[in-house]
Amino acid sequence: MMRLNPRYVQRGAVFVLGGATVLTLLILIFIIFFILEKGLPVLTLNFLTGNPEDLGRKGGIFPAIIGSIILPLLAILIATPLGIFTSVYLSEYTRESKLTRLIRFGTDCLAGIPSIIFGLFGYIFFVITLEMGWSILSGALTLAVMILPTIIRTSEEAIRAVPKTYREVSFSLGATGWQTVKKVILPNALPGIVTGIMLSIGRSIGETAAVIFTAGSSLRLPTSIFDSTRTMAVHFYILAREGISQENAYGTAATLIIAVLLVNLTAYWLMNRFIAKRRS
Amino acid sequence: MKSLSEKGVRRILMAVAFSAISALLLITLFIINEGVPFIFKYGVGNFLFSSDWHPQQMKFGIFPMITASLWVTFGAMLLGAPLGVAVALFLSEYVPRPIMRIIKPTIELLAAIPSVVYGFIGVIVLAPLIRNYLGGPGLSLLSGSIILGIMILPTVISISIDSILAVPQSYREGSLALGATTWQTINMVTVKASKSGIIASIILGLGRAIGETMAVIMVAGNSVNMPHSALDSVRTLTANIALEMSYATGLHRQALFATGVVLFVGIIILNSIASIALRKRMVKG
Amino acid sequence: MTTKFQIHNFSFFFKDQQILKNLEFQIPSNEIFGIIGPAGSGKTTFLRALNRMNDLETEISHKGNILMDQNDIYTDDFDVVSHRKKVGMVFAMPVPLPMSIYENVVYGPRLSGIKDRRALDGLVENSLKAAFLWDEVKDRLKTSGMRLSGGQQQRLCLARVLAMQPEVILLDEPCSGLDPISTAKIEDALTELKKQYTIVLVTNNTKQAARVADKTAFFLMGELVELGLTKQIFTSPVKKQTNDYITGRFG
Repeated sequence: MMRLNPRYVQRGAVFVLGGATVLTLLILIFIIFFILEKGLPVLTLNFLTGNPEDLGRKGGIFPAIIGSIILPLLAILIATPLGIFTSVYLSEYTRESKLTRLIRFGTDCLAGIPSIIFGLFGYIFFVITLEMGWSILSGALTLAVMILPTIIRTSEEAIRAVPKTYREVSFSLGATGWQTVKKVILPNALPGIVTGIMLSIGRSIGETAAVIFTAGSSLRLPTSIFDSTRTMAVHFYILAREGISQENAYGTAATLIIAVLLVNLTAYWLMNRFIAKRRS
Repeated sequence: MKSLSEKGVRRILMAVAFSAISALLLITLFIINEGVPFIFKYGVGNFLFSSDWHPQQMKFGIFPMITASLWVTFGAMLLGAPLGVAVALFLSEYVPRPIMRIIKPTIELLAAIPSVVYGFIGVIVLAPLIRNYLGGPGLSLLSGSIILGIMILPTVISISIDSILAVPQSYREGSLALGATTWQTINMVTVKASKSGIIASIILGLGRAIGETMAVIMVAGNSVNMPHSALDSVRTLTANIALEMSYATGLHRQALFATGVVLFVGIIILNSIASIALRKRMVKG
Repeated sequence: MTTKFQIHNFSFFFKDQQILKNLEFQIPSNEIFGIIGPAGSGKTTFLRALNRMNDLETEISHKGNILMDQNDIYTDDFDVVSHRKKVGMVFAMPVPLPMSIYENVVYGPRLSGIKDRRALDGLVENSLKAAFLWDEVKDRLKTSGMRLSGGQQQRLCLARVLAMQPEVILLDEPCSGLDPISTAKIEDALTELKKQYTIVLVTNNTKQAARVADKTAFFLMGELVELGLTKQIFTSPVKKQTNDYITGRFG
């Protein structure tokens, strides 16, 4: 085999690896621009605040927007305390042991489970066994289980980043473990924890498979958490898949993308502020 | 009194710390409880290796779906793994750190795009291209693989970057000082040192691909056929569950849960391998 | 003169390693008790044994006991939290908590349940005055404690301890990172404070011990080599190692 000059190989490598990076970025940009270009013209005030008519063929997506707000919020309300307390326990109240390894392994496994399995579980457990029916509550509980690992992991990272000296000072001033957690550790870990929460909200807004079998797909505006609802993601899926209205599908997708990007950018902004603050 | 309440706090926190594990157990129990009895009643071999899926006639063979899931995932990996690792290497070895810190989160936005949007792009943009230039129905194994390949990119990229950055700088300096070019250093030193992390990233990507549902339903065509070419319409395990769940009852529903069991077991195996690979990296680092 | 701490045949272990070896001595009340010795001599571990801060580490064990005011502080049902309120600690590096100067000072009192605004204000003023910091910060109590200079931060840490109204103040090389002027201010404060408190001062700087301590103990490899009046230790040490150390032959 002919031996190539390392300098040409080097140049080739830069070209190939750089090309891959540019391609990846282009795919991202293409997806966002494609959806926005087709969807933004549909986004009128009437579309955002109107009720859907004729299965979504006409009218707006207001109930779906409400569904996409309520469901993730409720899920976060359920998962956040569980996640934060778990991470506090793991990082402050116990030492590395078989038990902590088991909890971490469980968290990792939970994080890897695909959303359709969460959908199946939520359906058989919350909807059927606990007789909650297709409802906001069933959907939110299912989403809560799904995002729990993310919240545990990001909170634990944020808590571990709080300097050890703060704990020492607090204990030396006669604080109990819980007082130290409340007054020093959680306030200082807050931006990191909030980042995890924002990422979880982003994931919940875009989730379809876990929601459609648990919260259902009612187009009516829900009046209680026991009502079925339809999120934007589910609405978009139904519009696109059943060929109901491509125009409204684009509009819904654009709203969805904007919402998800806003949530994620806020998360990154918070994270950067957090890192910058810690450096200074 | 104070230390007593502190003990109470510890107990409460410990109980809460079991929430994730309890959820995992509940999920496992309920999926198994709904699905496993069916598998044994119907016959393991019949269920896994028969190609006959006709719920109306009480025939539940998921071999085509297993095959489709494996092929689609394999295709996604063929595209996503090299592309993802290439991006990770470029960002961590060739690009200045401040720029990397901007591009990495930007690429991670790919993970934030809802899967239904990927599916939609697949239907509107990709499928017509395939239909027109390569033939077949367009909605196919190939389009599913491409969309999934893109969807696993953020997973592969960000975990690979993390493990590449964990390679001590001194390794690189040692190699460069011996007159190696950057690429030779990457090829001979960096990739070797971060191998287990990169492999873990690909396995986690695989897990994501095999479990993805909505995007695949939209782009892969969903015919219950054994695939003969990449241009055939196929139905994956996940698609099978999601498509029929809304109206399935009785045995049919149990068969769908049994499909879930197969998927679940596959994912747990994949994730265990990845977590072992990642732990190995941590031990080494 | 009364005895504050009685250290009785006290040994301390980290994993299999013995850090402190059969210590046996007393620390008197209302004096500055200096502890000198080279790095790794166990002096910091000893200090942290007095307020049970070593509890925060893993794989530790001890033998023997330490009595404060005749009470064993190592019994199983001992209330560590209230003990730490009586035994304040200033660390080697100044660590203001990321909150305002005011909030830093009232951290301990608030933990003890003091809520009355006027009582807290009074504590802040008195503690900061006692730490010789009041004049420099009285107009900006609401600014972050992190904004102060290193020397000011360390005096803030001292004020924070004083606000708990402890009986004992432990100082772990409190001036190791400070300039001479800040060091002098802290030493002045300590000399003033010993009327009210028992002070245990661990220091790397033998001259500091010579300047402010009433009694000085010399630690080496986890053992107490020599203990006596500061003047005697520095002018006519009995042991050769002590002499070698204070004349700078090692350490």
